[in-house]
Amino acid sequence: MRARASYEGVVVCAPVTVPYRRFSDRSAHWWAGRAMRGLVDAAGLAPTDFDGFCFASFTSVPDSAVGMIQHLGLTPRWLDHLPTGGASGIMALRRAARAVQCGDAEIVACVAADTNHLDSFRQGLAGFSRFSRDAVYPYGFGGPNATFALITDAYMRRHGVTRADFGRLCVAQRSNAASNPLALQRRPLTLEAYLAARPIADPVHLYDCVMPCAGAEAFLVTTPEVAARRGLPVARLLSTIERHNAFPTDPVQGRGGWAMDVDALWESAGIGPGDVDTVQVYDDYPVIVAMQLADLGFCAPGEIAAFLRSTRFEIDGDLPLNTNGGQLSAGQAGAAGGFQNVTEGLRQVLGCPLGAQVPEARRALLSGFGLVNYDRGVCTGAAVIERLA
Amino acid sequence: MRRQQPPRPVRDPLTRPVERQVPPAPRSRAMHAMSARAAQGRFVLQRCTECEAVTYPPRDICPVCWGELAWADQPRGATILAATMIRVTTDLYFHAHLPWRIGTVALDAGPVAIVHLHRDLAVGDRATMRLMLDKGGNAALFALPEQEGNPMADPQWREFVVPVQDRAVLVTDGDTALGKAVVRALVAAGAHSVLVGTSTPGVPMPAEGDPEQVRQVPLDLTDSQSVTHCIAQLGGPIDIVVNTARFVRPGGVSAGGRLLHQQRALDVGVLGLLRLAEAVAPVLAGRPAGAFVDLLSIHALVGDARFAGFSAAEAARHSLLQSFRHEMRATGVRVLSVFFGAIDDEDHQSVPFPHIAPDRLAQGVIEALASGREQQAVGDVARDLMARWLADPATTNRENNL
Repeated sequence: MRARASYEGVVVCAPVTVPYRRFSDRSAHWWAGRAMRGLVDAAGLAPTDFDGFCFASFTSVPDSAVGMIQHLGLTPRWLDHLPTGGASGIMALRRAARAVQCGDAEIVACVAADTNHLDSFRQGLAGFSRFSRDAVYPYGFGGPNATFALITDAYMRRHGVTRADFGRLCVAQRSNAASNPLALQRRPLTLEAYLAARPIADPVHLYDCVMPCAGAEAFLVTTPEVAARRGLPVARLLSTIERHNAFPTDPVQGRGGWAMDVDALWESAGIGPGDVDTVQVYDDYPVIVAMQLADLGFCAPGEIAAFLRSTRFEIDGDLPLNTNGGQLSAGQAGAAGGFQNVTEGLRQVLGCPLGAQVPEARRALLSGFGLVNYDRGVCTGAAVIERLA
Repeated sequence: MRRQQPPRPVRDPLTRPVERQVPPAPRSRAMHAMSARAAQGRFVLQRCTECEAVTYPPRDICPVCWGELAWADQPRGATILAATMIRVTTDLYFHAHLPWRIGTVALDAGPVAIVHLHRDLAVGDRATMRLMLDKGGNAALFALPEQEGNPMADPQWREFVVPVQDRAVLVTDGDTALGKAVVRALVAAGAHSVLVGTSTPGVPMPAEGDPEQVRQVPLDLTDSQSVTHCIAQLGGPIDIVVNTARFVRPGGVSAGGRLLHQQRALDVGVLGLLRLAEAVAPVLAGRPAGAFVDLLSIHALVGDARFAGFSAAEAARHSLLQSFRHEMRATGVRVLSVFFGAIDDEDHQSVPFPHIAPDRLAQGVIEALASGREQQAVGDVARDLMARWLADPATTNRENNL
């Protein structure tokens, strides 16, 4: 296979989070517009400066990125729409990076925006995918909670992971959320409270589940020259991977596409898992966090239980993880939930986090996971970024 | 031994009726094709006509070689890989039936499926798969324990079938050998009470069960007033209606038929069904497991020249039943069609054997209820004709009317 080209000549900057709301009567279009405003404010740009637009949303229907650019008054020469939910942030990053590197665009706005009306969640579920409609929702209509309950059940049996092990992840993320003023859930969570929470779909209990909300996230991909002209702190991309529908013959999902490409990820980055200062992974359920840590090389295969028990995931811990609290505490704003790993990782390496700073953070691993089309998440991706001094 | 039945309470008309919901209904076209086969009691999955890969959920093209897919019967075995008990849902039907147990199973046929899980099954167990129709009439995979026990103990399973035990049933015509056999079978299956329509109320029923359990009611499907009066006077809820009324006479189209016979066949079989359906639909819709079972000739599908007028009436009834089924979908009431050939009775003296015994046919009704099957052919003649008709309706029509 041909060696992957480097991401020379590309930088990432201007992380934007539009403060989340549990429910909103605004549309995805409004949330996207607020995110664009956030980008121009952060980067000192004019609305006409953007020549690339990459968009992810579940609730902008019937509009795609096409409807969105006319709604927002953009005239880009490069346009992309990502229907990949939790993997969309990583995918936006790597697509925009190549567009900028090749000169197809110079200033790309990557935006994810979703609203959450009172009944959005149920309606979103009902029409999510053909396989879900035919072969998942008619079976109890438990939504993602039920699907991930099955995945979690099989994972716990196979790897000897206990609820308390998952609880350590959730408790650490909640502790990280305490310093993030934008997190929807900041009250401390104890392991006792985690274990005593009511069951939702065994073995998934209340604090394993994210809270759906409205919100938007955005970042900018551009050239070092453009960023320098505006005095923007920037990070560069060391390496990225992406994989869809990996291991389709695994009877129950026990690993994701990361496991197929993990060697390429670290080889291209020129560093190893021990060289990153913080990890921002997709955390719709703690089992997926565990899967990403194992698949991305943070522990030896089959040793995830011991790794969860021996690692501190707090901001001041051994492996600061989801430092804004993750979706479990900050909230899951639809596709924006697949962008907050990028924006929070970017903030940490640029030294401007929403909450507490990981001491001397310079490199971050970002990882995304999206779209339970039938019985498992289909889309995966990861990226390693580093502050450009 | 028959136990003494306690009287069923008459509901206070002022109480709020329980609203009945059905599971989410939208499905792909491929899934509807699976449901159509589930309605016949088959256990099918799609298999590639080229590489023979078996696939699930239903697709429109083979995911291995992009060849064409065809439905094929499959082995029913499976192994449970993961399980969960759903305790929270945003769907009204499942909310009313929580907690709900599902699992991931590896089907012996190849694919992995998310299925309804019987409460006695655990991860690692072997299971027998059944392809059922859910309350909304769509195909659903249900894993049962391999050792045949009584699945009715699982409340989840009862959502996919029509329990007869302790239920109240109306049999529309008990005057015929067929009607009497159906009453016997329902009593044997543990029905709480069986109301039996008769056109001659003075003539007592042969003793079938205690008088409390089986009661004659005057009912004439050719008379709208009789039908509405009968349903209004039931004095309690009815869970199941079994329509045994029919008028069978031989006769052709251009010769040998009598218009009077044809009129009667249509009045009983077609207009009678309309009268009955209108009266019982709201009664059944309020029941937790309501069902309407119609017994009709297999010649509803393929006309029989010897009984041309009767076949035409049955064909019309078959058509009405499909529309009735559509109307009842939203209420969760199952409309079951039980097809059969010539019965061993005085109506079919001229028809060569084999005939089907009324008791065998009545057993078919019980089986249709116990499996929630929308389309059941009972007896060799009906099964043979149904199979040929499903495979090739045009040729079957021609063969049967040479």
